[in-house]
Amino acid sequence: MSANGQCAQAVQTARAAQVEQGEQTPMLKITGLTKSFTIHAVDRRIQGCSNIDLSIMPGEFVGITGRSGSGKSTILRCIYRTNLPESGSILYDSAAFGRIDLAQATQRQMIYLRTHEIGYVSQFLSVLPRRNAYDIVMQSAIETYGCNAQAKCRRETSAMLRHFDLAEDLWDVYPRTFSGGEKLRLNIAAAMIKQPRLLLLDEPTASLDNASKIKVRELIERLKGQGTTMLGIFHDLEFMEGLCDKEFNMQEGMMV
Amino acid sequence: MESAKEAFAECEVGVTGEAVAVPKQESHRVSHVRPVQPRPSIRSRRIEEDPCVKVQGLSRSFGNGCAYCLDPRAVLERNRCPRCGTVHAVRDVGFELYPGEIVGIVGESGSGKSTLMQCLYFDQTASSGSIFVKPYDGGHRNILELSSQEKRRIRNTVFGMVYQNPYLGLRMDYSSLSNIAEQMIASGDRSVSHMRSRGEELLGQVNIPTVRATDPPRTFSGGMQQRVQIAKALSNNPPVLLLDEVTTGLDLSVQANVLDLILQIRRDFNVSMLVVSHDLGVIRMLADRTFVMLDGRVIEEGLTDQILEDPQHAYTQQLVYSLL
Repeated sequence: MSANGQCAQAVQTARAAQVEQGEQTPMLKITGLTKSFTIHAVDRRIQGCSNIDLSIMPGEFVGITGRSGSGKSTILRCIYRTNLPESGSILYDSAAFGRIDLAQATQRQMIYLRTHEIGYVSQFLSVLPRRNAYDIVMQSAIETYGCNAQAKCRRETSAMLRHFDLAEDLWDVYPRTFSGGEKLRLNIAAAMIKQPRLLLLDEPTASLDNASKIKVRELIERLKGQGTTMLGIFHDLEFMEGLCDKEFNMQEGMMV
Repeated sequence: MESAKEAFAECEVGVTGEAVAVPKQESHRVSHVRPVQPRPSIRSRRIEEDPCVKVQGLSRSFGNGCAYCLDPRAVLERNRCPRCGTVHAVRDVGFELYPGEIVGIVGESGSGKSTLMQCLYFDQTASSGSIFVKPYDGGHRNILELSSQEKRRIRNTVFGMVYQNPYLGLRMDYSSLSNIAEQMIASGDRSVSHMRSRGEELLGQVNIPTVRATDPPRTFSGGMQQRVQIAKALSNNPPVLLLDEVTTGLDLSVQANVLDLILQIRRDFNVSMLVVSHDLGVIRMLADRTFVMLDGRVIEEGLTDQILEDPQHAYTQQLVYSLL
């Protein structure tokens, strides 16, 4: 608890300093986030994360590390509202709604934010069957720019796929046949084309070989250069080194 | 209705027989059929919109009910009253459906999903509750209290229904094109040539070969019948589609086609949909939000991935954990 308190205090002093310097307020400010899962079948409660305090400035890249089961993904999922937060607040500085508490936002607001502002990249690609890689990214583009801007969507899609080093002869192939790294890059491409203000990365480098990891790292650096705010979960510390502006370590659902 | 049936019979000759000369004064009547509007881009849309369909306290019971079971706190045997035997198929369901939104409804058989859909489509008479439909009259009146004539107009112009059982939604002995034409006549179309071209276009979209367009659905496979139903439901561009187990019994390849088609319709026409399905995979792919029904009640609602990843209610957990 004291560690949490100190962390919150540190964040607040940092924020106060930035406010003094005339900088922006945090893009995302999590206070006292707690989430536990009740499993009715065995009548048990599993603690996901408890009393998390975290704040992210615009354009920052924040990494979370920790052993599996320590509640890292729970935080990300609470932000994306795949998990229903139990208590605490997740204040997000939205372009459309202004300051909004994601823990209390309506379902309709969340759907809007997911389409326009917050991107989520998981380790797994979940797409409609029998869509080729190009169409998947194109679909995301259309959701963002509208179907009246077909030409623009097509241009953006091609640029994005090239940007993510997907070979052109793979564009009209179903991603089912892709390698893990290709799937992941496609996944990131589909999330990135929406130009989210906040990108949540749930272990984007897990189960990737070193060459692919380096590619993902390059992409993240490029995104960072474009000013995207990112919150990522990573297992390997080497990968995070030099990339993250802030690092948090989690143990047993707590920030340490 | 009689006149519609007559026109339907004429049309039967028209679409199956040789080309039919369309009288001049007939063709201008087409104008009151709602034209296909390109969807406004999402960015330009307002974020907080009015719901397209608003349902409040909708109930449907089979039986008269007694003093015991009409009390909302009554404990029933699942959905059946232990004292008078009344079955409460849908109990006090309320929700809002927004433009361009797909809402999924899951739940075990007998939980009231189809009854709810049929109440919306007036196939069943709701016992109580109210439904407001914005595309019809701006959502001012409870459509359950309207005259049967107005109900029929809502059925023909606002809602498109695809039944689980194609025998409920199609006339099996008439050609597929006339099935589609029937729906278009009901919504005011009188031009045979327009109905024919629209019918062929729709059947093409659902991958029914043109050479079979004039065959009766009785001669089709189950998957093809389902696709003819979808084409029929789409024929007059309804703003709200009710899809009851559309992909049940279809093979995976046709299922993927149908899902693709559904998403394409949503994207191109901003149609709102209510999708009932047992297949959680289908719900995951299609629905933005999901309701879980049990014994006639909505026990849980939420964003689809939240329902699937973080189910709260014991029944929902049991359902989700049964997923292969």
